[in-house]
Amino acid sequence: MANDISFTIDGVEVAAAPGQTIIEAAEAAGIYIPRLCHKPGLEPFGGCRVCTVKSNGRPCSACTQPVAPGMVVENDTEELRALRRDLVELLFVEGNHFCMFCEKSGHCELQALAYRFGIAAPRFDYTWPARQVDMSHPDILVDHNRCILCGRCVRTSRQVDGKNVFQFVGRGHEKRLAVNAEADLGATDAAVTDAAVGACPVGALLKKRIGFATPVGRRPYDERPIGTDIETAAARKE
Amino acid sequence: MAKPRIATTSLAGCFGCHMSLLDIDDRILQVAELVDFDRSPIVDFKRITARCAIGLIEGGCCNEENVEVLRHFRKNCDVLVSVGDCATMGGIPALRNLVPLEECLREAYLEGPTVHNPERRMPDDKELPLLLDKVYCCHEVVKIDYHLPGCPPSADTIFRALVALLSGKQVDLPYGLIKFD
Repeated sequence: MANDISFTIDGVEVAAAPGQTIIEAAEAAGIYIPRLCHKPGLEPFGGCRVCTVKSNGRPCSACTQPVAPGMVVENDTEELRALRRDLVELLFVEGNHFCMFCEKSGHCELQALAYRFGIAAPRFDYTWPARQVDMSHPDILVDHNRCILCGRCVRTSRQVDGKNVFQFVGRGHEKRLAVNAEADLGATDAAVTDAAVGACPVGALLKKRIGFATPVGRRPYDERPIGTDIETAAARKE
Repeated sequence: MAKPRIATTSLAGCFGCHMSLLDIDDRILQVAELVDFDRSPIVDFKRITARCAIGLIEGGCCNEENVEVLRHFRKNCDVLVSVGDCATMGGIPALRNLVPLEECLREAYLEGPTVHNPERRMPDDKELPLLLDKVYCCHEVVKIDYHLPGCPPSADTIFRALVALLSGKQVDLPYGLIKFD
């Protein structure tokens, strides 16, 4: 499809194809919009709100909003940076995130966003919710302490794996991730080869017996901030 | 001119952050030229003796003594810095926040598989500081001016923060020095 829609992000002219969302068009143009629940290839969810931008002055999630000709998008502004910082800090106090012994540390997108935003500590009080760990599956573990309810496993299981292993239950602050079985993950048809296992941005869904395979210093976000790949891919094309 | 003074303490921590402070290697000589150490595990004063420019806090608050010491530091230090994940978020000691305190004590002193306690006594000596209902990070108890995350923060992180503070600047950590592990 022709890139015949023209709009601006922070004053920069961006060409997009009809039907693209703001986040897709931005990514193709080498502009990184921070995100957690968005994953290319999955249906947009608009759950985490980290990708909130202003489109013609109104806030919207860049992963769900389609582009329109002449649209004026604000992305990297002080106001939106502050909002995204708040969201990430709230996610840290809402769950139980012990980075120091988490296998996902250095690979975790939530942690990487905190690093990119320069968050040294959340300003909000910790809530220390009581959450469960599900070790019932022989090859996969679910640690609800770390779950940020992005729904990436829910959508990947359904849309990529062709299964329906995960689902949300509850409403509001009682919303949580559940599995499609009477008991626990071990009673589902989840397999360690499912794409859903790798779709988790945090350490809530992990393959067992991997541990701390990559040494500190060589993990994806040790040296390079999250989003650098998007920003440099476009620079290489120029 | 008198040198600025630094006080340091370890509350509910493991002294790993103090080990990381020592890990600045020979740069500790530069620090020693610039400052005098007041209350600190390094010199073993029990109370802060004079107004301090910088207070470094390792560990969060798990008992009433931690709270008293933290307030004592806040009162006597111009700039107070949370050093390490226990100070900034509770860290490993905060794992007990996921279990009610009573259940925690019962497991540790009465029902744990390796417990030998025929008189079934819980620690009750008046000399022992009372445990708090849960472990609190430092900024939930007093105002904290800067946070140095990490378990422990690297020697470079601590040195960079000290140099900035001693030259009257803001602590501004570059990307590679903000780490939560």
